[in-house]
Order: sequence, then structure tokens, then C-alpha cells
Amino acid sequence: MKDSDVLLVDPPKLSMGDKFYLPQVAKGLGTTLKHMFRVARGDHKVIQYPEERREDKTVEEGGINHATYRGVHRLNKDEEGRVKCVACFMCSTACPARCIHIEAGESPWEDREKYPVKFDIDELRCIYCGMCEEACPVDAIELTSLYDIVGLSRSEMIFDKEKLLRIYDETVEREPM
Amino acid sequence: MLDTQALPDNVLTTNLKKVVNWARKNSLWPMPFATACCGIELMATASSRYDLARFGAEAMRFSPRQADLMIVAGRVGIKMMPVLQHIYQQMSEPKWVISMGACASTGGVFDAYATVQGIDQFLPVDVYVPGCPPRPETLIEGIMALQRIIESEGLPQTARRRALQIAIEPTHQPRPQPITVGGRQV
Repeated sequence: MKDSDVLLVDPPKLSMGDKFYLPQVAKGLGTTLKHMFRVARGDHKVIQYPEERREDKTVEEGGINHATYRGVHRLNKDEEGRVKCVACFMCSTACPARCIHIEAGESPWEDREKYPVKFDIDELRCIYCGMCEEACPVDAIELTSLYDIVGLSRSEMIFDKEKLLRIYDETVEREPM
Repeated sequence: MLDTQALPDNVLTTNLKKVVNWARKNSLWPMPFATACCGIELMATASSRYDLARFGAEAMRFSPRQADLMIVAGRVGIKMMPVLQHIYQQMSEPKWVISMGACASTGGVFDAYATVQGIDQFLPVDVYVPGCPPRPETLIEGIMALQRIIESEGLPQTARRRALQIAIEPTHQPRPQPITVGGRQV
């Protein structure tokens, strides 16, 4: 490297006001005050969560899209009210967290060979990636837009087949298949 | 003349307990044990959009001696576990623990030898919050569940909470899944 390549830069000359930082401090306080008066007028962006929920809003207002949101699972039923799942183990194979546990049994119905005797999802281990939904060949497992579940024990957060079918009954009007 | 026998003997203490529980549930000071991406969502919960101050839990205390709620957010390695237990023991009673996210609750996708498969094998956990990471709303729901526990029970029940250092049985066994590579079962 030659000396001519070196570029010497002088620090910018600060005025008296810049040196004391006082105009900047006043500017910052002004921003705080501006926001304070806006909040006092009721113009704030806080979501008052238990009363005001994002699923009640449109996407433009900052709500959530029910069609694509990935929350708690559900097991879909067909027209006759039977579980759609055919126990092919595609979802549990695709699951990166390995939280789906299926026990297959011989189906009591004519149109399929197998059905799930047990279908357990560990909702605490699940990472809600939606790969089970993508892997399912019969659209039996789906992710709903329910997100407000918490558990007081680990065993109550393992959802079995009955609970997953009940979630379907609860969410089917809002989110059709 | 006031009939003192008409009042039960413990009317003062029960009402005092109610007041104390009310104060405790509305001034939970969390100790954020944020080791991974759940910590970002914990910050989002505390910031202005979701505003944890509405629940009196905005005073994040980074000293365990000033906190009464530990929010374990993120995966905990087996080498981190003694630190977490140490911090938990340093917190003053009464204390509560929220296990936030899949990794802290069960290990999540990290089903490995180095990751603790759920901090409840080493710590008494009161509320489990699922998600990867949970939404701020879900964490708020967890804090509200904890407020209900505090309101109804007061001090943590010793019967429900397990002592330190006692490993509990994992709730399910990860079983081999049918995976074939090149037509061969592995």
C-alpha cells in the first residue's frame, strides 16, 4: 500500500449545540412527549390481549390469516362422521419433532384397510411446522388457528384422538376443510 | 355488644391471604432465563405491542433474588442445567416457573443426549406454554393461568411440586418410525 492510497478523514466539526447534546436531548424528549399525548388521546397500538384478539381482525389490520395460520392440530371427519385418517404413518414419518404416535388397527369400514386405534400428538413437543398437514394424503390432519392453549402438566398436553376430533367439531365452522 | 363468637376465628388471616395473593398475582416479577429464540418472543411480549405491564409483570429482574417467576425460554443443555438449578435455588420463596416453548418443556426437536428433555425433570414447573416459539398471546395466557393458580392456592403446594434433583418418567418414549432408505428398512 502506498501513502497516496491512504485517505485521511478529519472528524466533523461540532458546533456548540452539538457538543452539549442539549438540542438532541430536547428532541428525544419531544418524541417521548408526542407519544405520551398520543396514548392519552387513546391512539395507541397495544393489543389488549384477552379482550382484543388478533383473530377477530382482518389481515390488513394486523390480524391473522386463518387459512394459513399453524396452531393446534385437528383430525378431520368425513361426511359420515368417521375419522378420515387411514393410519398410513406419513405424518409421523415427516414430523421433525417426532411428536405424533399412531397405533393402527384393522378398519371396521369397507372403504379402507386401516384406521388409527390411537392417535396421540404431544402438543408440547410439536413445533407447529405443518409438515404433517403437507404429508397427509387424505387431508385428515390439519392445523387450526387456535393458539391460546397452556397446560399445567405434561400429560394433559398430549392430545389423543378424541380430543383432536373434538377440536375439529369446534373449529369446522370457522375453518372449513 | 358485638358478638365475637359469630365471627370465625380466622377471618382476619383468610382475608389477609386474599390481599397477599392479589398483590402477588398482580406483581409477578419475571426472571428471564432466555437461552434461545423463545427469548425474542419473550421480549416481544414485554414490549409495547403486547405490553406485559398490563399484567404487572414487566419488571424483568436479571437478579434471581429479586424475581419470583422464572420464565425458562429456550433449550437447556445438560451442562446448563446446574446453572438453571442454581438460579432457581437463589430465588426467594414464593417462586413459580413457566416453561416456555417446546424445547424447555419437552426438548422439542432436539431429541439428543446433550439436551435436557424437559426442565420439569429437574425443576418444579407450574405452567407449560407450547409453541416453537409461542406467540406473545400464548405466553400471556400462561401468565394468566399462573395468576389463577396464585389466586386460588397462594403459596405453591408442596404436594404438586416435585423436589429438586428428582427425575420423573418421560411422558412418552420416542419410538422408531418407519423409514426406508433405498428400499431398506433402517
